[in-house]
Amino acid sequence: MNKRQFLKSLLLLFPAGGFTGTLARWAGAKETGKTGADAGAADRRDAKAQGNGKYHPDRHWYGMGVEIDKCIGCSRCVDACKTENAVPQEPFFFRTWMERYVISKNGEASVESLNVKSKAAREAGQEDAEVLRSFFVPKLCNQCANPPCVQVCPVGATFSTQDGVVLVDANRCIGCRYCIQACPYGARYLHPQTKTADKCTFCYHRVVNDLLPACVEVCPTQARIFGDLKSKASRLVRFTRMNKIHVLKPSLNTEPKVYYAQLDGEVR
Amino acid sequence: MRIPEQIRRLTLVLAIIIGSTLIARFLLIPRSLVSEELHRSSTIQRELAKPVSFAGTAMCQGCHEDVASRVRKGFHKNLSCESCHGPASKHAEDPGAVKPFAPRDRKFCPVCHGYDPSRPTGFPQINPTAHNPVKPCFTCHNPHDPVPQRLPLACSACHAQIQRTTAVSSHALLQCTTCHTVPAQHKGTPRRALPSKPETREFCGKCHGVAASQKDAPKIDLTSHGGTYLCWQCHYPHLPEGRG
Repeated sequence: MNKRQFLKSLLLLFPAGGFTGTLARWAGAKETGKTGADAGAADRRDAKAQGNGKYHPDRHWYGMGVEIDKCIGCSRCVDACKTENAVPQEPFFFRTWMERYVISKNGEASVESLNVKSKAAREAGQEDAEVLRSFFVPKLCNQCANPPCVQVCPVGATFSTQDGVVLVDANRCIGCRYCIQACPYGARYLHPQTKTADKCTFCYHRVVNDLLPACVEVCPTQARIFGDLKSKASRLVRFTRMNKIHVLKPSLNTEPKVYYAQLDGEVR
Repeated sequence: MRIPEQIRRLTLVLAIIIGSTLIARFLLIPRSLVSEELHRSSTIQRELAKPVSFAGTAMCQGCHEDVASRVRKGFHKNLSCESCHGPASKHAEDPGAVKPFAPRDRKFCPVCHGYDPSRPTGFPQINPTAHNPVKPCFTCHNPHDPVPQRLPLACSACHAQIQRTTAVSSHALLQCTTCHTVPAQHKGTPRRALPSKPETREFCGKCHGVAASQKDAPKIDLTSHGGTYLCWQCHYPHLPEGRG
């Protein structure tokens, strides 16, 4: 390419850029139902309405409590979560899942995830003289205050909301699975239909409307407790006051907001 | 000093490129494409637009107050309606057209009540193959007010957690009935006949007061200790501290 050709194509760049810009503006206006010039302003108003409506995200800081002594491992929470959040029914796709820990007398701990599909036909744990103790641990996204998954996302598709919930923007997610690798709790999965990362949202659409998350709603023994850590009267704050609380992998400094009571030292 | 012609032209071209990039970035590209704040708020909007499947117990109680009040007094008092009946928000929107799921199958109840050694002690469990085979559970047990066919023998059958706590405390040797009077009906219909709880400071003073005859109980002067607070506002009676 000589200099003349270069300068010619450079001249073409400006009308092309202007055209692309107009297209983008037009697309944005179509989305919000406003004309081009209003699009930006309308978006700003929407963002403002988020804070000025009757729900104030900055006044909440959500967390969950799990009381291991009450959990009967019925997996109704797992079922309810799949129903509420349209998680694929087949195994290996979970926003919350159930683990059975079996600790034998020689100190070995084995973990199995209870399979929802074969739940009805599921055999109860074996009575074994070699078993020292066994129990169930429900797991879910810990909604860390210092989330590693948010740090690693290359396109900024995942973020923490003001009320302490980690969400994924499915429109931005490129499905690179980096966050799935980064989560120390294995709480994320790649949704087989959308091919984007998906995870527990504490049922954000329910919580904001004053409903409990689906798993907490259906738990028959109230082993799961949901609440707002900024409200002194919430059940969760009382739960953290009345029980000795552990979190999973505290050494990683992720500051998880799922609090376990009576958690066994073997649980990872 | 004379600036060479090529440098001047190059500078001009560079200035045009930089200028047009800035125009494209800040004027032509709409804010909604680059603003992180707007992306987040639109994600939240999409999240909030998701449909609710589980209506919540409060919604059920609005119409089914009779059943709800019965459930509240039985062993299933802590259960949400939708734990057994499944997601019912469609039923709440149009009660005539959509009926919620009603479990009739013998496979349903053992999901919680089948014996499993990993389940916590004290949770009622049966062996589904040996426990009255063929009959559906609701022929003997009303799921809205389940009554065990054989009454529990000890308090720890239901209150296992309290029993475990007390067992390692300095109150380990006390019977439940030392402090609680338990009506006979409490075993069958626990919420309709509640056990009594101590009500006064003097009750604890019977063992812990200076004049008490109990030898190994720590003694305090009721008139000077703790002001007007009741004992259990500071000391948890199932796990009292202060033994050292």
